[in-house]
This record gives sequence, structure tokens and C-alpha cells, in this order.
Amino acid sequence: MSEYKLIDHTYDVVVVGAGGAGLRATFGLAEAGLSTACLTKVFPTRSHTVAAQGGISAALGNMGADDWRWHMYDTVKGSDWLGDQDAIEFMCKEAPAAVIELEHYGVPFSRTEDGRIYQRPFGGMTTHFGKGIAQRTCAAADRTGHAMLHTLYQQSLKHEANFFIEYFALDLIMENGECRGVIALDMSDGTLHRFRSHMVIVATGGYGRAWFSCTSAHTCTGDGGGMALRAGLPLQDMEFVQFHPTGIYGAGCLITEGSRGEGGYLTNAAGERFMERYAPNAKDLASRDVVSRAMTVEIREGRGVGALKDHIDLHLEHLGPAVIKERLPGIAETARIFAGVDVNKDPIPVLPTVHYNMGGIPCNVQGEAISRMAGNEVVVPGLMAVGEAACVSVHGANRLGSNSLLDLVVFGREAARHCARVVQKDTAHRAFKADAVDGTLARLDRLRHAKGSRRTADVRLDMQRVMQSDAAVFRTGESLSDGRRKLAEVFASFADVQVTDRSLVWNTDLIETLELDNLLGQAVATMHSAENRQESRGAQAREDFPNRDDQNWMKHTLCWVDAKGATRFDYRPVHLNTLTADVESIPPKARTY
Amino acid sequence: MAEFSLPANSKVRKDGRLFKAPAGAKNVRVFKVYRFDPDLRETPRLDSYEVDMDACGPMVLDALIKIKNEIDSTLSFRRSCREGICGSCAMNIDGKNALACVSACADVKHDIKIYPLPHMPVIKDLVPDLTNFYAQYASIKPWLQTRTPPPPDGERLQSKEDQEKVDRPSACILCACCSTSCPSYWWNSDRYLGPAALLAAYRWIVDSRDEAAGERLDYLEDPFRLYRCHTIMNCTESCPKDLNPAKAIGEIKQMMAHRRH
Repeated sequence: MSEYKLIDHTYDVVVVGAGGAGLRATFGLAEAGLSTACLTKVFPTRSHTVAAQGGISAALGNMGADDWRWHMYDTVKGSDWLGDQDAIEFMCKEAPAAVIELEHYGVPFSRTEDGRIYQRPFGGMTTHFGKGIAQRTCAAADRTGHAMLHTLYQQSLKHEANFFIEYFALDLIMENGECRGVIALDMSDGTLHRFRSHMVIVATGGYGRAWFSCTSAHTCTGDGGGMALRAGLPLQDMEFVQFHPTGIYGAGCLITEGSRGEGGYLTNAAGERFMERYAPNAKDLASRDVVSRAMTVEIREGRGVGALKDHIDLHLEHLGPAVIKERLPGIAETARIFAGVDVNKDPIPVLPTVHYNMGGIPCNVQGEAISRMAGNEVVVPGLMAVGEAACVSVHGANRLGSNSLLDLVVFGREAARHCARVVQKDTAHRAFKADAVDGTLARLDRLRHAKGSRRTADVRLDMQRVMQSDAAVFRTGESLSDGRRKLAEVFASFADVQVTDRSLVWNTDLIETLELDNLLGQAVATMHSAENRQESRGAQAREDFPNRDDQNWMKHTLCWVDAKGATRFDYRPVHLNTLTADVESIPPKARTY
Repeated sequence: MAEFSLPANSKVRKDGRLFKAPAGAKNVRVFKVYRFDPDLRETPRLDSYEVDMDACGPMVLDALIKIKNEIDSTLSFRRSCREGICGSCAMNIDGKNALACVSACADVKHDIKIYPLPHMPVIKDLVPDLTNFYAQYASIKPWLQTRTPPPPDGERLQSKEDQEKVDRPSACILCACCSTSCPSYWWNSDRYLGPAALLAAYRWIVDSRDEAAGERLDYLEDPFRLYRCHTIMNCTESCPKDLNPAKAIGEIKQMMAHRRH
């Protein structure tokens, strides 16, 4: 192992990932005076938060009456009662202050006539507990994520946060069940860096690239989830995968739900606005899982559009050029480039496309990672998670649009506050054990010199095909057990992987292989968890178990995946209790839109 | 004595490797890609890849990914969102700086030549070192600066007209296409801030909420930081988001003139 030079660093807190959640945590920590390092495999403004379009939800009431309790009701209902109500209360109550704070940081929000933050309708967002349509989603045209991510990076510059840019995190450094730090590879020169810290905050985003077609960036490979599994920690609710109704047919690029919020609608081959049949009240602004299922049914029953009848039309033509130019300019550009469509004249061809992972590292409201040992819930000392990498769970079985940007800033900020409460600045660190990173170095060395017969891209494609066909919008026990078997073959074939670039300088062949390693574990967790959960809830639609089964399944799945791809399950209760007496628990009921 | 020819080791060898298309491919296009591997201690070279376009997506990034996945996995380049918003895959395509993910192969009529962003240190292949570019961005203090505290329980108000002034300039994705297309930046990038950083400065100067326009202009009042812009306009020409850094720089120069008189 002498070939690998190890460089040691010591910080109070290390954040892995520089998307919205990671950055919000990072400068919150810097502001609190804790020595903080933020490691990121891409320059911060390249993180996938940048691609969020429609907006960030908060009951500001700028465009009509609103109340955070209505927002909470919508989120609980959207989660199909799998979300933890204490965490949801916290998020929705904090939302207005969190968004105002963003404005004070300089986010270039679109404005109302009276100069306030512009808010648009979004799927599943209602007033008066489901009775009216809310305008709750705060927008910067259709590039809200871009506006936020750049602003959060700017605040990090202001607070002189320490960044380690284009560092690829390899593993959590664990000792007796405690997280002591993280080891990362500097992509520019191949040096290895051990970061010792009192707390590691995982903010690495989702793993959309486990599927063939997704709105996610190439870099969305769930590196934090992969590290957690290798550390022997469980992932929670991995069966719940959000298909966004409007990915561009073919390219998979996202068309924001805000396009329907601004008045766009979907039609089938007959030109029918079919959502009126599936969601008589909310219609095109029903929750994403509902719209994606309706579209899939339309296509399956032969009412898809196009030569192959395999997609759906999204109409924006009637909105007029002025609305498009002011509110949806990026969508017009994306549709022109990737679908060859002038949205002022023609509909955009769209298809439900993998978009968001509700599952992730189980956490509590403060962001502390949770596991279960011998039947008891335990906090994993030294480890926290935020953003899409985490499962708090505020999104439960289905996330509402514009709740993810909110999740990032609320829980990113809370993670920093929590560290400020529990981490004593500049306290001494114990030395690492001599063999602390031996396993990681062995894995790195094995993959770097892997001389198998399968290209990384080929194994990845096999995995993506299985996930696409068997971890889809609709699932059955048969399709999932079939998927589980095929995925096991793919998992095993990774032992025969081939890496041809032997360099340590910007070796993206190696990086993609390490990313594939991370993806594979989470693909397995997803497929197995989906097969295990014998009910339909939110994004998990089991045709053999079409109903929600609160009696047996109102619980979070915990799934461990070992090095051989074998899984084991345990469960956590859903928190139906609220955090405070400010609001009453929302009892489960049938979910219709 | 001035030397007017490039040093020998900076010339790109044209006799790189050729990767032939698979037999039976009917719609073949050639991608000539700049390759540099620091481990080899060799002069950079152009490798040629024949790609079957019938089995390839429409964008240059699709072709690069196909090359990496199926032909030569040692090729290194940055990429992430693949929809023109993250700014990772900026490179020089057919002589122009552009994002590979939104550049259609069909728009280039001959062999497609792909180089890294011009005049930047190259780490490997199509991956330039952007450290200086990012440092210049940070140097203009790209965050809201105010003396007046914000309203305690609400947003700072901003009219639609005032928002419109920052709407486009704030849409910059920091891809560096503009700065690295600017000859003035090529020659003086150690002291001239370049169009991207200047556009960022402009974005804050014109933000009705910001109260540090004077200090921002003070920082730019310098023969190099601002005034090395000679209105060549390559920046505006190359911006993949259709922004206009040249106009922003022109307006900053006007503000400088106004406050002198």
C-alpha cells in the first residue's frame, strides 16, 4: 500500500457533499466558529441542486392565504402517511423563516407586483387542508435551484469555509460503531486524505443513476449511501423512488412541475386531458406518484402519443409567449434543445422519469444517523446526514414537488445548529487505529488494477436496465423477484470488472467504477425493499397488493446490504406524533386528489 | 528577443491513435480529441475516434460518453447535469467554447475537433485547472453586502423592474466559456478578472438590495482588473446561456466614468 500517500487532516466537522444541504450546513458550521471542511467531488455550483427548477415551498402567503399547518397536512398526505409527522412539522414551520433567510442572502427570487417573493402552485400543495389550491412554491423563474445553490456557495465564500474540491470520498472511517472521519481521494493528483472529525455530515445526494433513464445528473451516484452500507449501516425506505411525470421523452431531462403550476396540462393520443379522470380535483396538479401512474396506465392501455404510442404530451402553447418568457424561459430552452419543440407552438413529449430517492440514511430531526441494534433504536455516534442522502423522513413514500429544496436548507441549517450544540470547538481527537483505512486502501487498489473482462460501463448498463424494467412505476412480486435475481447476477459480475486507466491523476475510469460500487449496493437495497413491502403506498405501487396496509406496513423499512449483496431487514415505527402542541397529528385516511 | 513560435512541447501532435468504427457502421463521424496524460511526460496529441452515430445520442457529450464507455475508457472530461445548467462540460468544440451537453454533433459539418478550454493549464485530457478562474470569482466578493439590516420578519422588497436587472446576469453558470475565449484574458489572466468575474460583479452592483456598489467599483478601478477588456466580444459570442458579459462590462466602465465626473 506504500504507493498511496496518506495526508492527515483534523477538523471539528467534515461535510461530504456541496449541494444545497451540504453548503447550508458548511457555512452554518463556519458561522458557528467550528473548524469545518467540505469535501466535494464536483465544484460546488456543479452539484445537482443546480438543476432544481420549480421552486421552494414555504407558507409565506404572498399570493393568498396560507398556513404552515396546511403545508404540513399536504406533506403528510403526499407522503402517504409514511412521513414522520414530528419532522414534517419542524420543516413546514421553519420554512417561511428559511426562505426569508435565503432572500436576505441575495437569492434573486422572481417578484410579485408589490415586490414580494413570487409563489406558484405546485402538485399536492393546497389550502385549508385540501380544499383549495395553494400558491406556496417560491420561485426564481424556472431555475430556483441554480439561484439557491449559487447563493449558498457565495455565502460559503463569505464565511471563508474550507473546501476540498474534486475530492472523492471513499469511505467513512468507523471504529466500534462510531464514525471517526472520512477518507477521500484527491482526483487531481491521486493523493489520499484522512479527515479526522468529531462529526461527519453526509450530504451526497441521491442515486438516480442506478436507473437507465433519470432526470438526475451523471454524478448522482449515492456515494454517501454506498459508504453507509459498507460501514454496516442500514438505509431506510429505499423502495420509494419518485418518478417525475415530465421527463423529456428520450433525453430524460426534467421539465418542471412548475410548468403545470403555471397552467400547463397533459393529454393522451385522443387529446384528452386524462388527469381529470384520475384526480378530479387537483387534475394535473395531483401528487407526482399519482400523475406518473396515470400516465403509465394511459400508455399501457394504448392511449400514448407518437408513432410507438409510448409517451404523453405536455401542453404549454396556451400560456402565451409572455408567461413563458418570464416564468419558464429555461423550459423553453430545454424543450428546444432536447425535444426540438417550440413550446409556444407544440406540446413537449414527456414520460415519467426517475427523479428522486425518498430513501436514504435514516436520521432524526437533528440529522443524527440512526440504526437499530438488538431491537433498539440507536444514534450512530459521529455521523449525520442531510438532503436527499438522508431519510428523516419528511417525504415518506412520496415527496411533494418543491419540498426538496426546502428539506435542504431547513435540515442543512439544523445540522449546523446541532453540531454547534454538541461539538466542543477544537477538542482533541483520538488517533486513528493503525488499520483504520486498510480495507479502503485494499478496495481502491483492487479496483484500480481490476483486470476483469467487463467494462465498468457494461456492468453499469446491466444494472440500469434491470432497475428500469423491474424497479419501475408499477411493480409485482413476480417482477421484483425476477429483478432481484437479475440484479444478483449483475452484482456478482462486478467482481469481474475491468479498469483500463491506471493513472492516479483525474482517473475517471476509476471514479466511475467506485461510483458503480456505490450504486450497486443501493440498487440491491431498492429492489429487495420493494419486494419485501407487500402493499402499495405513495411511490411503491404493487399491482399484487393494490391497497395501503396501515395495519402491517405503516413502518419504515431498514435494509442492510453486505459485501456479497445479501440483505437483511428491520423496521422503525412511523412517528405519527407531532413535535409540539402547535398542531395536531394528522390521522391516516384514504388519499385522493 | 521575443519568440514568435510556440515552444516545441506545447504543439499538439496530430499523429495520435486512431480508433476505427466497428465493421458495418453506416453513419460514421470522426471525433478528434485532445489527449494529455501528465504521467506520460509526452507532448499532447490528438486521438481520432470513429463513432457510429446511428448508435449515439445527438450531443457532443453523448459522443464523448460513448467513446469513454465503449471505445477508450481512459479519456477524461468533466460532466454532470447533461442539460446545460451545471457548467461542467465546457470545452472547445470545433474552435468554439461551448457546453458539450447542449452542442449538437449535427451542427459541425466536418470532423469534430475537441480541445480543452483554451489557454488554461491542463490537468489531463479535457480537464483544465480552473483554480485561478474560481479565485477571481471569489475576489469580487460575490455575496449580498448591506449596512441596513433586513426586515426582521420578511423579505427585502424588490420591484419587478429591479429584479429584471439581476435576472439575466445572475443566470451565469460559471462554465468559463467566456473568460477562456477572451484574448485579453489569455494574455493577462493573472491580473485581468475576465468576463465571468466582471459579470458577477455587475450582478451585485445592479442589485437594488446591495449597498456596496461603491466598494465594488473601487475594487475594479484598476488598469488590469477591469480595463483589460477591449470589447472584443468573444465572451458574449461564446456564452452558452446567451448572457451578455460584454454589455455588463461596458456598463461598469460607464459607471466608473460617471462617478469620476
